[in-house]
Amino acid sequence: MSTEALVDQIRAIAEQYPERESAIMPALHIAQERYGWLPPEALCEVADALELTPAYCKAVASFYDMYHLRPTGRHLVEVCTNVACALVGAQQVVEAFEAELGLRAGETTEDGEVTLRAVECAGGCGYAPVVVVDHRYREPVRPENVPAIVEGLRRAP
Amino acid sequence: MPLRELVLEGAGERDLTKLGEYREVGGYAALERALGMDPGKVIEEITVGTLRGRGGAGFPMGRKASLIAKGSPNPTYLVVNADESEPGAFKDRQIMGTVPHRLIEGCLITAHGIESRSVFIYIRGEYLHEFEVMRAALEETRGADLLGGITIVLHRGAGAYICGEETALLESLEGKRGQPRTRPPYPPITGLYASPTQINNVQTIATVPKIIELGGAEFAKIGPQNSPGTAVFSLSGNVVRPGNYELELGTSLRELIYDIGGGVAGGRELKAIIPGGSSVPVLTPEQLDTPLDFDSIAAAGSFLGSAAVMVIDDRCCMVQLALRVSKFYMHESCGKCTPCREGTRWLVQLLDRLEGGQGTQADLDLLDSVCARMLGRSLCALGDFAVYPVSSYMEKYRDEFQAHVDEAGCPFGGESSVEGILAPVDQHSHHKTVEVPA
Repeated sequence: MSTEALVDQIRAIAEQYPERESAIMPALHIAQERYGWLPPEALCEVADALELTPAYCKAVASFYDMYHLRPTGRHLVEVCTNVACALVGAQQVVEAFEAELGLRAGETTEDGEVTLRAVECAGGCGYAPVVVVDHRYREPVRPENVPAIVEGLRRAP
Repeated sequence: MPLRELVLEGAGERDLTKLGEYREVGGYAALERALGMDPGKVIEEITVGTLRGRGGAGFPMGRKASLIAKGSPNPTYLVVNADESEPGAFKDRQIMGTVPHRLIEGCLITAHGIESRSVFIYIRGEYLHEFEVMRAALEETRGADLLGGITIVLHRGAGAYICGEETALLESLEGKRGQPRTRPPYPPITGLYASPTQINNVQTIATVPKIIELGGAEFAKIGPQNSPGTAVFSLSGNVVRPGNYELELGTSLRELIYDIGGGVAGGRELKAIIPGGSSVPVLTPEQLDTPLDFDSIAAAGSFLGSAAVMVIDDRCCMVQLALRVSKFYMHESCGKCTPCREGTRWLVQLLDRLEGGQGTQADLDLLDSVCARMLGRSLCALGDFAVYPVSSYMEKYRDEFQAHVDEAGCPFGGESSVEGILAPVDQHSHHKTVEVPA
């Protein structure tokens, strides 16, 4: 997507709202989809499209967990470790991913392919433990399911 | 006690995400009826039905609507809180994912009732699949000319528990950091874009079509007098059959956990029950016969909250659980109010010390004291939500906290079910704060 197309798309979304600033969250989502994270140029583009400052956009983006102000891997694996998942073995799932990927939660593989994160309650407590792979829920996931999930990511285009 | 499905009705048998199927089971008939009624009459039915908010506070929806400022030069807005983030809750996700049209129909009826032309549904960012289901359903509704000139905007959040708090949600929707506002003024007077605003939870709004269909008086006959209707209970934790179950309010915890949920998994012993999401005070097995309705749970010393019932078996160390829950609230505190921002950090440090075997008698006293000083001292309820679990675990499982001091470490010896559980805050090193003095 070109910068112009991105700006046009953001401005079209802004028309849904009585006030333009309201479009900042959808705008940040779109920009992040384009870059994989929110580099300074993405914040500048969002700012330009909505007539805000890049600093304001960064202030908003830094408030929310889903906006990444640092690069992440091409794939994102998020393991819920809140109470309901914790009670039924989420820690063993985190450790299985750590072993399979050769990293600690919060890190990205050296080849830049996969980032592993522990996350707060994903809202799948009845199907725990919950793992969210590239924003799609896998429920439930047991340690023995982990190698196949990682293998799938390695093969993904 | 069998299931009593009003909100999820029909979703087990049919694909109600499709407009055609929804109409075949009578969908949008309530909207048609409501549109033939005076707006004030619509709100009156909801008031007579005593529909209490299903998001957590249990505030009557009809009374909320009656507070909306009349004669404002600004438009009136309807905002649906679909930012479900309370640990343990996953009901709104199922409602949006399986009966999206019932929510949309509820929005259109409510908008008519409060004379609003503009609806915003703030959907939790992580719920991408449900957002897509809602978007497709809304597209169908628009295509079938059912919107009647009302605009419904689906707004995706981006991962912040605090945005489930209504004024933080409004800030977020206005394009700001999601920090709660000072009240008063309340949203019915000065809400979104400083305009009169009605805010309700997904399940509350999705119940509205049923009230119009049955009439408020008939609806009020379902369940207990002061908490009529149903709730979708999210059952999770150490239970045989976790999941969402829509039941009449007033069903007992025992019926939900044992008759419906199959009891404690693996034949273990029940240790604790969290009846309304991680923010509410814990209940003990002796309280199993408490009916699940707003007033009965309050009388038992807790809150029905978002009807998220978590079952905890005897393998769980309550200090570890308190620590994990406290790390959540520390992560989610928006930082605006000092008691909450600093207090959540103190709780984590003290509990960490206790679990690590360095805790003293003075630390237990300090925990009590920090809890007392946080309670009621912040603009929104998050500061209180951080306290309720810790203070109630300490009150009801005091021996276990004491044992951590007496034995200079965890009495579970590494065998607790939540041993070593990683929290997202453990992944960040840039949240360093001043340490609690030893």
